[in-house]
Amino acid sequence: MITIKNKKNGSGLKQAVEEISGVDVSVCFQCKKCSSGCPVAKLTKSRPSEIMRQLHLGAGNELLESDLVWMCASCETCSARCPMGIDVAAVIDALRRLALERGASKQKGNVPLFNRAFLKTVETFGRSYEIGMITAYKIGTGKLMNDTEKFPAMLKKGKIALLPPRGGDRKTVKRIFRKCKESKGAQA
Amino acid sequence: MRYAYYPGCSAESTARDMHQSTLAVARALGIDLVEPKGWTCCGATAGHQTDRLLAVSLPAANLAKVQDMKLDMMVNCAACYSRMKVANHEIAAHSDIRKGVREALDRDYDGSVKVRHLLEVLLEDVGLPAIKRAVKRPLNGLKVACYYGCLLVRPPKILKFDDPENPTSLDRLVTAMGGTSLEWPSKVECCGGGLSLSRTDVVVELTGSIIDMAASVGADCIAVSCPMCQVNLDLRQQDINKQTGKNYQIPIVYITQLLGLCLGIGPGELGFEKLMVPAKRVLEKVNERA
Repeated sequence: MITIKNKKNGSGLKQAVEEISGVDVSVCFQCKKCSSGCPVAKLTKSRPSEIMRQLHLGAGNELLESDLVWMCASCETCSARCPMGIDVAAVIDALRRLALERGASKQKGNVPLFNRAFLKTVETFGRSYEIGMITAYKIGTGKLMNDTEKFPAMLKKGKIALLPPRGGDRKTVKRIFRKCKESKGAQA
Repeated sequence: MRYAYYPGCSAESTARDMHQSTLAVARALGIDLVEPKGWTCCGATAGHQTDRLLAVSLPAANLAKVQDMKLDMMVNCAACYSRMKVANHEIAAHSDIRKGVREALDRDYDGSVKVRHLLEVLLEDVGLPAIKRAVKRPLNGLKVACYYGCLLVRPPKILKFDDPENPTSLDRLVTAMGGTSLEWPSKVECCGGGLSLSRTDVVVELTGSIIDMAASVGADCIAVSCPMCQVNLDLRQQDINKQTGKNYQIPIVYITQLLGLCLGIGPGELGFEKLMVPAKRVLEKVNERA
């Protein structure tokens, strides 16, 4: 059963999601194809079809705490299979962006931290740089030793580059990041 | 046949084997690949989960470079391929996005560069008859589970790559190489993609069910065309085995590695030694010493 808490508290989430994603959430008729095809729905408390209905019924910021928001793998199966052509994955992307903007609480696994670490290396070097990204991510999570047993083998096989990437047009990429930050600031 | 080849960041690290084998196969088949000078990251999943303009501008910087080269762009990484095509679509469909991208890039880009996946180039431009003729060492019935993952086929309306639920591009290639492509239900299931480090638990769960399925249909190997799928399925078998007590050793090979072998290219040049799960049975099948 879907229950809506804090209806008054968080009004505007539907509108904000629709503006960011370009999706009309009202057309969802709850066939649940998205939830049945979702690879992570068997592991999460919230399901894509429930999120769609909760948005429609006026749910607020509490929806940004749903575990699906950061566990979604962006596989886009939901969007591909929706009989109404709803881009469900774009709705989840919109919820992620809103969660970042509105400071929703951190969740297990820290996907936002990973994304920040990844994008920081792109901003710096023009291309992603695994060692830089993994270091920043692991320092952020405080779990330095997770997964490190795989490092030596990957280094030996040349599957991880020691030195930062060269040859990328760093100037253009730096400009892109700067302009995107400015444009976000202008919207806020 | 000449294309602007966008390798993608993984080509310089986790997917060096994909990159090496792509270059080797292209050389053998007379496909001329030119890297756009100064190519940069497409933003990947982290980009579109963070900001829409960023998610479009990062690929657009590369598409604009390719437009100057007056060539089609060829991509092998499925994730880069999807981001490039989505960026083209967004720019062509939304004037405000195009305006934002112009501001970010300091130049206009109209979304018109044609983006092709390597599989499309192989199947449509080179063609299966020519590939069959070029095969020197056939796969001799090697049982291959072809795995497409997410971003080769989704979003289907924009990518228009093959059948989004039951694609056959890889299967047709495997058959042309003398292999047996297996029917199985996990072709377009998700491996967990970019959650590899941030939610390893989810990736182990998802790759576990894909590997389970491949084993149940008797696969000698899984053929992929995406660096994230390759790394997740290859690297995580250790974790799957540790968690479940199973002992899976299914090699996860790039289709370009398989094709390269068939074209008579040595496994060293194709980066076979870089695989975490050794591809011994694959090499034995084509009578190549591991």
